[in-house]
Amino acid sequence: MKILVAVKRVVDYSVKVRIKSDRTGMDLAGVKMSLNPFDEIAVEEALRLKEKGVCSEVLVVSIGDTAVQESLRAALALGADRAIHVKTELETQPLGVAKALKALVEKETPQLVVLGKQAIDDDFNQTGQMLSALLKWPQGTFISSLTIEGQEIQAVREVDGGLETLKMPLPAVLTTDLRLNQPRYASLPNIMKARQKPMEILTANMLGVDLTPHLQTLKVAEPPPRKPGLKVESVDALLDRLRHEAKVI
Amino acid sequence: MALLLIAEHDQEKLTPSTLATLTAAKQFSVPIHIVLIGHSCQKVAEEASRYEGVEKVWIMDHPSLLHPIAEEMTDTLLELAKGYGFVLAPSSTFGKNLLPRLAALLDVAQISDVIQIVDRQTFVRPIYAGNALATVLSQDDTKVMTIRSTAFDKAEKGSSKAPIEAPPFKPPSFPHATFVKIEKSSSKRPELTSASIVVSGGRGLQTKENFEMLETLADLLGAAIGASRAAVDAGFVPNDYQVGQTGKVVAPDLYIAIGISGAIQHLAGMQESKVIVALNKDPEAPIFQVADYGLVGDLFTILPELIEKLKMMKKADLTQK
Ligand SMILES: Cc1cc2nc3c(=O)[nH]c(=O)nc-3n(C[C@H](O)[C@H](O)[C@H](O)COP(=O)(O)OP(=O)(O)OC[C@H]3O[C@@H](n4cnc5c(N)ncnc54)[C@H](O)[C@@H]3O)c2cc1C
Repeated sequence: MKILVAVKRVVDYSVKVRIKSDRTGMDLAGVKMSLNPFDEIAVEEALRLKEKGVCSEVLVVSIGDTAVQESLRAALALGADRAIHVKTELETQPLGVAKALKALVEKETPQLVVLGKQAIDDDFNQTGQMLSALLKWPQGTFISSLTIEGQEIQAVREVDGGLETLKMPLPAVLTTDLRLNQPRYASLPNIMKARQKPMEILTANMLGVDLTPHLQTLKVAEPPPRKPGLKVESVDALLDRLRHEAKVI
Repeated sequence: MALLLIAEHDQEKLTPSTLATLTAAKQFSVPIHIVLIGHSCQKVAEEASRYEGVEKVWIMDHPSLLHPIAEEMTDTLLELAKGYGFVLAPSSTFGKNLLPRLAALLDVAQISDVIQIVDRQTFVRPIYAGNALATVLSQDDTKVMTIRSTAFDKAEKGSSKAPIEAPPFKPPSFPHATFVKIEKSSSKRPELTSASIVVSGGRGLQTKENFEMLETLADLLGAAIGASRAAVDAGFVPNDYQVGQTGKVVAPDLYIAIGISGAIQHLAGMQESKVIVALNKDPEAPIFQVADYGLVGDLFTILPELIEKLKMMKKADLTQK
C-alpha cells in the first residue's frame, strides 16, 4: 500500500518571530524555516511502516509557493520515495489544503494519509479532520501510538482525559502528536540521493480545487505585556508576597 | 440567525470549558441552542436547559454515543448545524477533533481558539504559540469556531428552563473508528484547566520520584498538577498533564513553575495566569521574564523548605480560626 504524508514549511520552532511594523503579519524575512515538527513525525511514522513492510511507497505532498519544495526535499532526504508540490501563491488555509489533499487522494489512491496534528505557525489543528470528513474515511487524531495489522488500525490518542484507544479499518486519516516517535536525521548520502527523487509539480487548477482563503487577517498584534516581576530572596519573602501582596494563598 | 453550541460533558455535568464557551456565545446576542451528545445524559440536558440565555437544548442520545466518535456525530450535527448562523464548541480535544469536520462539510473555514469576539464576523485568536494575536474576518455564511476557555468566565445558571428536544439521529453511512478504551489518569485534584492554583514541574525535577514532591505541595495548596513537555516525555507524569502550545492552556490565579525553563511552547499554555511564580536555579531562564515572583536557587533545597513553611502557615491559620 501507499501512504500519503502532507507536510508544511513553517518558521523553525526555536525562532521567536516578530510582527511586521505595519502589523499585517509576521516578519519572516531571513528567518530560519523548517519542516513543521508534527509533519516530521508523520514522515517518520510512514517510513517506519515502510521499514516494517506495511507499506511500499511513501508519497509526500506540500501545498504552497516554490519554497515548499525545500521541505519536500527534506522529507525525501529522510526517506520518502516521491513528492508532489501543489503550487500556489495564495496563503494556504486548512479548508483549501484539505480539498487539495482530497483531490490528490483520489488521483493517487493511498490507503493511509498521515498529517501533523497542527502547524506551529497558524496553530489551526484542522486539516486532518477536514480531510477525513471530506473523504468519508475514519479518523484518528493526536495519536501517540499506532499499530496496523492486516486491514485494521489500532491507534492511541492523547486526549484531555488521558489516552483513548480506537480501532478503525483502512483506508484512514491519522494526525500525529509529539510522542508518536522520535524523528531521524537525514544522512548526507540521503540528502544527496533526495535530489534525484521524483517531484511532480501540479496546480490547484489541475486538481480542480479552489484554494482561496476564507479567513482574512485584518491585523496582527503583540499580546499585552505582563507587568514586570521581581526576584525574591527567600522562601519566606515569597510566601509573604503571595499572601499579602498577590493574595493568592 | 441562532447559535448552536456543541457541549462537552462527563455524563454528570457540563465541562468548565463548555460554560466558558457559553459566555462567549452570549456575546453574539442571538438565541443560543445547546446540543448534547451521549447516552443516558438526560441529567446533563436538564442542567444545560437552566443556563441564562439558552433557548433550546438538543439531546442526541444513542447507545453508540456513550463514547462518541467524531464520525458518528458528524451527520446528525451537520443536519442540525445547517439551520444556524454560528456553531461553537470548546477548544478542548473534544472540540478540536469534531468541529473541523462540520466546517469542511459546510464548506466554511473554522476559526480555532477564539479569545475575543470583536463583532459577529471578526475574531481574535493566538498564532505562533501565542507570540502574536491575529484579528481575523470571516465572511462565510456560517461562522464555525472553537473557543479558548481561559479567555471567558464560566456562565451562571439562570431562572428559566429551556425546552429539550431530540434531533433525529443519523448513524454514519461510511466506515468509521470505534472506541476500544480510555485510560484515565485518575486524580482527586481539581481539573487542570479550571483549577485556581496549578503547580507545574519540568525536567529540573530529574526523576519521577522527585516529581512526587509536587504532590505534597499541590495537596497543601489545593492545586492541580501540570508539567512541561520534557517532564511528560521523560515519563514523570501522564500526557494529559502537559501545559503548552500543544498541550493544555491554563490561566489559574496562581501558577508555580518548578524546574521549567520557560520555552515559548510552554509559555503559550500558561502566560495568561494571573500570578506566576518561577523556581529555577538558572537566573537567566526565560521563565523569569513572565514570572511575577522569581526565586533563584536549587529546587531540591527550596521545595522542601516551601512545603515545610506552607505546613506551618496552614497550622497557624487553623489555630487562629
Ligand atoms: C512542536 C513543539 C511543541 C511543543 N509543545 C510543548 C508544550 O505544549 N509544552 C511544553 O512544555 N513544551 C513543549 N515543547 C517543548 C519545549 O520547546 C521545551 O523543550 C520544553 O518546554 C522544555 O521543558 P522543561 O522546561 O521542563 O525542560 P528544560 O528546558 O530542560 O528546563 C529545565 C529547567 O530546570 C532548571 N533546573 C534544573 N535543575 C534544577 C534544580 N536543581 N533547581 C532548580 N532548577 C533546576 C534548569 O535551569 C532549566 O531551566 C514543544 C516543542 C516543540 C518542538
